[in-house]
Formats: sequence, structure tokens, C-alpha cells
Amino acid sequence: MTNQRTQAEIVRQSLKQRYRKERRFRLYGMTAIAIALLALVVLFTDIIGKGYTGFIKTTMTLEVVLDGEQMYLEDPTDKDQISMADFQAPIIAALQGYFPEAQSRKDVRELSRLSGNYASNQIRDLLQAQPDLLGSTQTLEFLVHDTVSVYVKHADNPAYSIRLTEQQQRWVDELVEQGVVTTSFNDVFFSRGDSREPSNAGILGAIVGSLLTMLVTLVIAFPTGVAAAVYLEEFAPQNKLTDFIEVNINNLAAVPSIIFGLLGLAVFIGVFGMPRSVPVLGGLVLALMTLPTIIISSRAAIKSVPPSIREAAEGIGASKMQVVLHHVIPLAMPGMMTGSIIGMAQALGETAPLLLIGMVAFIVEVPEGFLSSATVLPVQIYQWASSAEQGFVELASAGIMILLAFMISMNGLAIWLRKRLERRW
Amino acid sequence: MQTANLLPLILVIAVIAYGLAYMRSRTVAGPLGGIRNLKALPFYYAARAALWCAIPALIVLSAWAAFEGKVIQNLVVGSLPAELLPTSAGEASLLMSQINNVAAGKLNPNFVPADVVGAADKLGALKAQSSQFKTVLVVLIAVLGAAFAWSRVQPQINARENVERTLRWIFFACAAVAVLTTVGIVFSVIFETVRFFGKVSMTDFLFGTSWSPQTALRADQVGSDGAFGIIPLFTGTLLISAIALLVAVPTGLLSAVYLSEYASKSARSVIKPLLEMLAGVPTVVYGFFAALTVAPFIRDLAEMIGLEASSQSALAAGLVMGIMIIPFVSSLSDDVINAVPRTLRDGSLALGATQSETMKNVIFPAALPGIMGGILLAASRAIGETMIVVMAAGLAANLTANPLDSVTTVTVQIVTLLTGDQEFDSAKTLAAFALGMMLFILTLALNMIALKVVRKYREQYD
Amino acid sequence: MNSMNTAAMPAETMSEKVAKPVIDEKPENAVITEGSTVGQPFADDPKFKLRNVEVSYGESPAIKNISLDIGRNEVIAFIGPSGCGKSTFLRCLNRMNDSIDICRVKGSLMLDDHDIYDPKRDVVELRARVGMVFQKPNPFPKSIYDNVAYGPRIHGLANRKSDLDDIVENSLRKAGLWDEVKDRLDATATGMSGGQQQRLCIARAIAVSPEVILMDEPCSALDPIATAKVEELIAEMSESYTIVIVTHSMQQAARVSDRTAYFHLGHLVEVNDTDKVFTAPDHQLTESYITGRFG
Repeated sequence: MTNQRTQAEIVRQSLKQRYRKERRFRLYGMTAIAIALLALVVLFTDIIGKGYTGFIKTTMTLEVVLDGEQMYLEDPTDKDQISMADFQAPIIAALQGYFPEAQSRKDVRELSRLSGNYASNQIRDLLQAQPDLLGSTQTLEFLVHDTVSVYVKHADNPAYSIRLTEQQQRWVDELVEQGVVTTSFNDVFFSRGDSREPSNAGILGAIVGSLLTMLVTLVIAFPTGVAAAVYLEEFAPQNKLTDFIEVNINNLAAVPSIIFGLLGLAVFIGVFGMPRSVPVLGGLVLALMTLPTIIISSRAAIKSVPPSIREAAEGIGASKMQVVLHHVIPLAMPGMMTGSIIGMAQALGETAPLLLIGMVAFIVEVPEGFLSSATVLPVQIYQWASSAEQGFVELASAGIMILLAFMISMNGLAIWLRKRLERRW
Repeated sequence: MQTANLLPLILVIAVIAYGLAYMRSRTVAGPLGGIRNLKALPFYYAARAALWCAIPALIVLSAWAAFEGKVIQNLVVGSLPAELLPTSAGEASLLMSQINNVAAGKLNPNFVPADVVGAADKLGALKAQSSQFKTVLVVLIAVLGAAFAWSRVQPQINARENVERTLRWIFFACAAVAVLTTVGIVFSVIFETVRFFGKVSMTDFLFGTSWSPQTALRADQVGSDGAFGIIPLFTGTLLISAIALLVAVPTGLLSAVYLSEYASKSARSVIKPLLEMLAGVPTVVYGFFAALTVAPFIRDLAEMIGLEASSQSALAAGLVMGIMIIPFVSSLSDDVINAVPRTLRDGSLALGATQSETMKNVIFPAALPGIMGGILLAASRAIGETMIVVMAAGLAANLTANPLDSVTTVTVQIVTLLTGDQEFDSAKTLAAFALGMMLFILTLALNMIALKVVRKYREQYD
Repeated sequence: MNSMNTAAMPAETMSEKVAKPVIDEKPENAVITEGSTVGQPFADDPKFKLRNVEVSYGESPAIKNISLDIGRNEVIAFIGPSGCGKSTFLRCLNRMNDSIDICRVKGSLMLDDHDIYDPKRDVVELRARVGMVFQKPNPFPKSIYDNVAYGPRIHGLANRKSDLDDIVENSLRKAGLWDEVKDRLDATATGMSGGQQQRLCIARAIAVSPEVILMDEPCSALDPIATAKVEELIAEMSESYTIVIVTHSMQQAARVSDRTAYFHLGHLVEVNDTDKVFTAPDHQLTESYITGRFG
């Protein structure tokens, strides 16, 4: 047996090494947290770094002479003439005003490629709306071609200039210097749907689509979820059926989201023949996916209502259903709302199940109703990110920023609501 | 009338029924000396009327709307002469879209056989008829229901009990939706899987090592040239999930340990929500990050060291997935560690152990079952993850253990098979469902084991 | 409530040290002067020298200016009504209060003439010298062997397995458990009965060879037979260790301790030989407590 004196000495000797281990252990813990937080920071800076240019558009302002002869157009009201006319000619002429040396076929083609693919449509639409402008000189603002746009916005990065010839690059630099080509806030992004050209593509279609889909999800999932939670907490007897239902809910909460896409495909599209890619279907699938989350959080909210309130109501003579409807649900509502908002925020970011029910199609128009073809924000981001064009990458990042902004504000709303309406029992 | 327009109509009828029943109950109550002498408040009689009006009508309406499409389709196709009848589901859907387009005016009738035009006309006629019948039936049922309830506005009838019972059933039905969903998932997946195994044998599927899903190009081609072995898919899934867990488990565990043992309250209240943010980021964002930043970075890094890495390496996808899963592991571990009773901790400290010794020798072993459960749940999440791998992992099935190679996973294949051009019958499409079945069973098993482990652990300490 | 010879003593036989004790005087009116303790709070060559100790949880004081000596190899019992601060005071002696953020300890606490709260002194070392047994038995979910071996292992007290085996056996013997568990040292500790678990915890504390053992109501969760066994243990251990035992049961204090300290609302009211405390206490409050007027 170790006597007292040597025990103290032994312990003292062991201390140095043990404290070294202690410090190492703490260091591991701090490193782990640092790694996780660093990943978060890197993720956000990467997205923002890639995406802020998506909010900038590049345009060129030109004085164009709407010369009917150049455009092979006499009467803008004649449909056949319109379809045959050359609306690119005035643009080329205006550009040749800056670069008179560009006369050869090759040069003219290169010059023409500086303007966006849909620039000529602008002239066409203008003449169709106001035919008497034919022959006048107008100062118009056109979107530049996507290759020019990325070149201008990423002037310091040589990787972005490979699609332009040297001559084109010189021209663009000159135009920028003269103030013909300028950058400004990208309102196109917020006013249009998707497009084949990045400069022309907007996120409005996806935002509206997401809004419509979320609305459907909310309308389906919230009442059903609350009703289910109320049943399970207040009315369900303790029997096998109830256990079975609870097991099902817990399982569904952990099922991978893509399985719900399979469900939508096989049952809603296959058996019920619902149209693909519409907010109603997307909302339905997402509602089924969010239902377990809403049920679980609503049950927690209902559980937190103290029994004393229920007893008081019953003591006055209210029936069970009246107690639930008049007292329990209103008192539990803040918690239920908070949980649902958080569930909605998750549903907003879901992509996989919607891919399977057909929301991958290229949708150009902004959806108008619940049964028109639509896409949602995350699917739009996915499509843009998978495209080969450089211009779409920054749009995808910008889209992500918008999506994250939505989600952060929804979560913030939920937290604020919880703080505001919290009751201390 | 369109289904969408019938809904507000039913609502309006229900509101009218409510009003009428309310007035009647007051009328009936008058001679008796006031509403006190009725068995229930007028509100309940009125509500009962509204429910009797709306619920049967809504049930009939949804049933009709659900099956209207298919029934009409079968009738129209069935009316075609024998030689035009489609022999495969692929042909059937092609035919139907032809007919639909003609009926909608999008396809010029001159380009299709006359019988198809006839079918298109029939389609239009059937749709109109169905719409008429539907409207009449639904309105009739609504009115009848309201009338029945109106006639039952009598003082001795306790409408409150009826209404409350109905409400309880509605609540029950909502709870049963969860069961219905599971049933729907199971059946939809099983059905197609069984059809799949009619085309491809189960042993080939489960044990085949080559995956290249081709499909018959012509209707009379027997079988298909493709191989449907899922082993490379599963190895791909496991490789990426393993990398993800390798990243997430140490980081998550150590974070949880530090947070519960060493961090001050204020630090904890800041760090914990930040970690939760990692879980809140949508997976498409992670996929973007993985494909466009991490993967090229890894490829360049590997090149610098002299290794060859694909631009869709499993490492890139696995790394980012690991980052996504960190909060799962850390949050669950934190709960579990805090559930270990304080007395154990105090007992160890009182013997002179340092905090790390206490954590390593007493708390962690005690919390281990719960932590294992948390890891299983995180693994299940990794296996079922889709967007990160769709965007960052490859499409070609590759049987390899090298993290720098490109592999494909079960979820990627499900998406690829179902988002191309598809016919509903081909082995390709059905294969996606078979994959879905495998995924469902696997994740279900993992989740159930995890839950059982965590529950048993909790019981130990309650 | 009292089964001992604490029959009501007429007021006149109380010592003159007390100011005007009257049998009927309500306890709240009895005077407690802060810092003054009646009896014999001090001793020669004490193990613990505690002076002007004050402990507060945040704003609320729990221990008010207590001074006390704990003698070598004595058994001293802390008694008093619930919430009077006995456990808090006990936990100061091995700095277990450190893990409570809002707890502040002031004063001079010396173990063998070293200040235990000196920041340069190591708390781990302190706890190797001052062991603790808790109210509810808290064996680790490990085997019996591993429970007892835990302390020696982390402090590195045994070089070889055979040394460790010896320590475990000795500790279990001293705790009176050896014969009962020698065949199942590998069984989990949590499978034992409450009394056995508590004796295991005692063995675990002994295995580190401490000089002092603090016991916080060690028998309150045990049945009478187990309690008797533990009390027997305490009597045996008192030869080799200094023991401080907090107890709710005055009978227990009377049975096992040499001196008894009576705490009241954070004050140390009286310290005396146990016999004296339970037959002729010096302070009115002590008497009221032991005769069951409150508590």
C-alpha cells in the first residue's frame, strides 16, 4: 500500500503530463469547431464572391438610325415584312460609326457579336409598337453579348476573355472607355424568366413559381399537420393503431426527400394524371414531405400547454373538443407557427423531389396561376449551375444569394415570433 | 365546370346552408322559450348543416377529379379501331399526346390519321360530358346534404355532439395521412419494382457489377442490351458516405464535447446556432459549392502533388457532404452527452480526474450508445442525399475505392433515369423505382436501428 | 422524534455562556452572532484550518463567516436543518464548488497549512488527498474492478497490473465488500444493490489513498441494514482517515462521530464533543433542533 507521502508525490509527478493531455484535448475541440465555422465562412464568401456580379448588367447605349432601307423594311405593320427584316443592321451601322475600319465580312460579324442575341428584337418590338418611328434616330440601350459582359465584369481575370478575339477585346475596351458600354444594376434579373442567354435571364419566374408552390404547401400541410398533432395529443387512444401512426410519422421524417419525388411521379402523375411541373403538384409533394416536421413541432407546442388550463376549462363545463379549440390550439399556436415556418423554409430549399416531377423544363414565361408550368428557385439554380456557359455561373450564385436571403429571413421571422409570443408558464 | 371553380361553389352553398340552419334553429327555439332549451347552440346546428353539405360533396368531387382523366383516356383509346391500338405503354402515351394536341388545336388535323381526329373529337365530347355530370352531381349532393341537416334542426337533437364527432374524424383522417403516405410510397415503389424484376432478374440486379442502363429502342427488341447491376452504385454511395462520415464524425463529436464541457454559456449560445446554420443551407447550394469550387480545387491540388484526380471526384462530393452532416452529429451528441447524469461526472471529478480524463473515461463511454445512434442517423442522411452528388459526382458507374476517381451513386442514377426522355414502361424507368426501393429499405432499416439504440440508451438513465 | 436522553432540561442547568436561554423562546429569536460559535470549534494540530469562510451563490449568501478546525483522524459530523449550508460547506473542502459558476468562496481554508484555494495549487492534487462519497451512490457504468481501479489508474499510483490488483483488493476489503464480490470483479457495478454500490463508492474513494474522506449524507438513500454496514465501515476507517460526514440523522451523528458541528441558516452555531451536543448542548438553537422543535 502506498503511504500518504509517496502518494502525494506520485500524483504531483503525474500532473504535468495529465495537464498537457488536457490542453491537447481542449485544442482538438476548439479546432473542430473552428473547422466547421471556417467551412461556413468559406461557403458564404465563395457564393458571394461568385454571385455579386450577377447583380450587374452590362449594356451599350447607341444612337441608332432606324433606316428602313438598311433593314429591308417599309411598313412595320406588315407581318410578313417584319418576319423578313434585318433588325441587326442599324446596330451594326451604329457600331461601325465607332470603328469605321470594320468593313470586311469577318470584322462585321465580330462586331455584330458584341451586342446581345436579343438586341435586334428590341428594335423590332419598338417599331411594331410605334411604326412611325421608322426612319428616325433613337438612342437605345442594348444588353451586350454574354461573352462581352463577363469580359467587362471580370476585367482582371484572363480566363473570362477567351471567348473574345483580340480585336473584339480592343473594341470593347474602347467602348468602355468612351462610356458607350456601361455597367449598372441588373434589373433584368428581377423582371424576367429564364432565357438561353445569361444576360437576358431572370429569376422572377423562379421566384413566382416558388411563391405559388410554397402557398400550396402551406395551405395543405399546415392545417393537416395541426389537425394530426391535435388528434395524436388529445384524442388518440393508447392502442396499436396510434403507435403505428406515430411510428409512421417518425419514419417519414427521416425518409430521403427523393423518395417523395418517386411517390409524386408514380401516384400523382401516374395514377391521377396530374400535369407535370405545376405548382399544385410540387406543393402537394412538398406538403407530404413537410408534414412530419410540422406534426412533430406542433405536438411539442401542444404538450407545453399546462394541464391546469385544460382543467380550468373543463371545470366550467366545456367539452373536450371545446377545450381543444378554444384554449389549447390558440395557446399552442405560436409554437405551431414557428415550427411551420421553419418547415416551410426547409421546403423552399428542396430540389430533388421536384426534379422528378418534371420541374426541370426550361420555363421562360413567368407562371401565372397554380396550374401553369413553373419552376422553383432551387431547381433554377441547379439548371444554371449545370450549364456550360460562364455567365450562368454567376447567375446561379446570385440566385443562391436570393434563396439564402429568403431562408434567413424566414428563420429570423420564426425566431422573432417565438420570442415575441413566448409565454412563460 | 372546372374542378377549381366547383370548390368556391361548394363553399358558397355551404355558407348558405349554414345561414339557413342557423335561422331555423332560432325559429325552432322561439316557442320553447329561447335557445337555452335547445340541446345545442344554434352555431352547432348551422355548422352541422355546413359540414353535411360540404364534406360529401368534396369527397365526390375529389374522387371524380382524381380518376376522370384516366377513365376518359381509356374510353378514348378504346374507341380506336384495332390497328391503331397501341401495343406498348410508350406508344400509348405518344398516341394520347397526339390526340390531346389535336383537341387543343396545337396539331394540325391534316397531319394525323382520320381516326385520331375522330378520337380527338370524342375526347372533347367526353370531357364536356364529364364536366357537366360532375357539376350536377356535386351540386346535387351538396344541396341534399344541406337539406338533410336542415331537417334535423330539432330541439332534442344534440348537434354539438355530431359536429364534434365529425371534427374528431377529420382530425383522425389528417393523422392517417401519414400512414397513407407511407402506404403510397411503398405501393408505388413496389409496383414498379415488381414490373422491373419482370424484365431484369433479381440476381443480376443485386449482384451485377456493371451498370449501364440501356433500353430497347424498338418495341420488338427483346430484353435490353444494358446491364443493371447495382454493386457499383452501392460502392459509390458507400465511398462518398464514408468520406462524409470521416469528416463529420470527428468534427461533430469533438465540437459537441467542447461545447458541453468547456465552452462558456455565451460562447455556446453563439456557436450552437452557427453550427445549426450549416444544416439549414439548402443542398443545392452545397452541390454548387462542391461542383464549382471544391472539385476543381482538389483536382488542381492533386495535380500539384502528381496524382490524377477526376474533376468529379468522390472526395469533393464526400467532403462537402461531410460538412453538411456535421451539425447532425454534433447536435445529437450534445444532447446525448448532456443526458449523462451529473453525479457520474461529479464522482469522477471528486476522485481527482481532470475534465478531459472524466470525458474520455466516464462520460463518453456512458454516452456511446446514443452517439452511435446519432452516427447511424447521419449515415442514413448521407446515403439518401441527392443534390450534392447529382451536381458534384459523376454519372458513370465505376467500381473503385479511390476517392480521387469519379463514382456514381444510387440517388444520382434515380435522377438521371427519370429526368431524361422517358417512357413509362421501359426497364430504365422501372430501374429507377427499383433503386428507390433499395434506398427506402436501407434508410428505413438504418433509422429504425438508430432509434432503437437511442431509446434503449435513454431508458438506462431515466 | 428523539430517542435519546435529551429530555427537556430545565433552563437553569444550561451553561452560563448562553445569553438568557428560555425553554419557550422561539428558535428564530435565539441569537446568532455572526462569526461566533459556541463550544470548541478549534483543535490542536488540525488537519483542516478554516477561518472566516464565506460562500455565496451569486447575490445570496449561503455560508456566513464560519471558522472551524477539523482534527486529524477524527470523525466530525455536520448536522442542521435542510438548506442550512452543511453540504455547501463540505464541498468547499475539496473544491467541488468550482464547477458551479456563480459560487464564490472567500476566507482562508488550509489543509495541513497549505491554502487549498491558492491558484498555484492544483485542484487535482487536492482531490487526490481529499476524497468524497456522495448522497446517491454513483458507480461508473463499468465493472467493479474498473470502478475501484479508476482513481489509481489516472493518478498513476500502480506501476504493474499486480500492484493495481493489490490496491483493488485492499480497498474492497477495507470497504467490507471483498468477500461479496471477489468472484465477480468483472460484473457491472450497476447491477449491485444500493448498499453495495455505496460501499463500492467508498472503496473507490479509498483506492486513491486519500487523507480525508468527505461524506455527503452517504446513507440517506440506503435501507437500515445497509446503513448499519456503512456506519460500521466509518468506525473502522476512522483509524486511518479523517472523516467529515454530513448527516440528516442525529442518531447517526451520535453513533459515528467524535465531534459534531451544528449549522443553522449558514452559521456555525455550535461545535462540541458529540456526547455533549446531544445531552447538554451549549446553544439554545442546538437544543431546539435536537429536541425536534424544528428541522
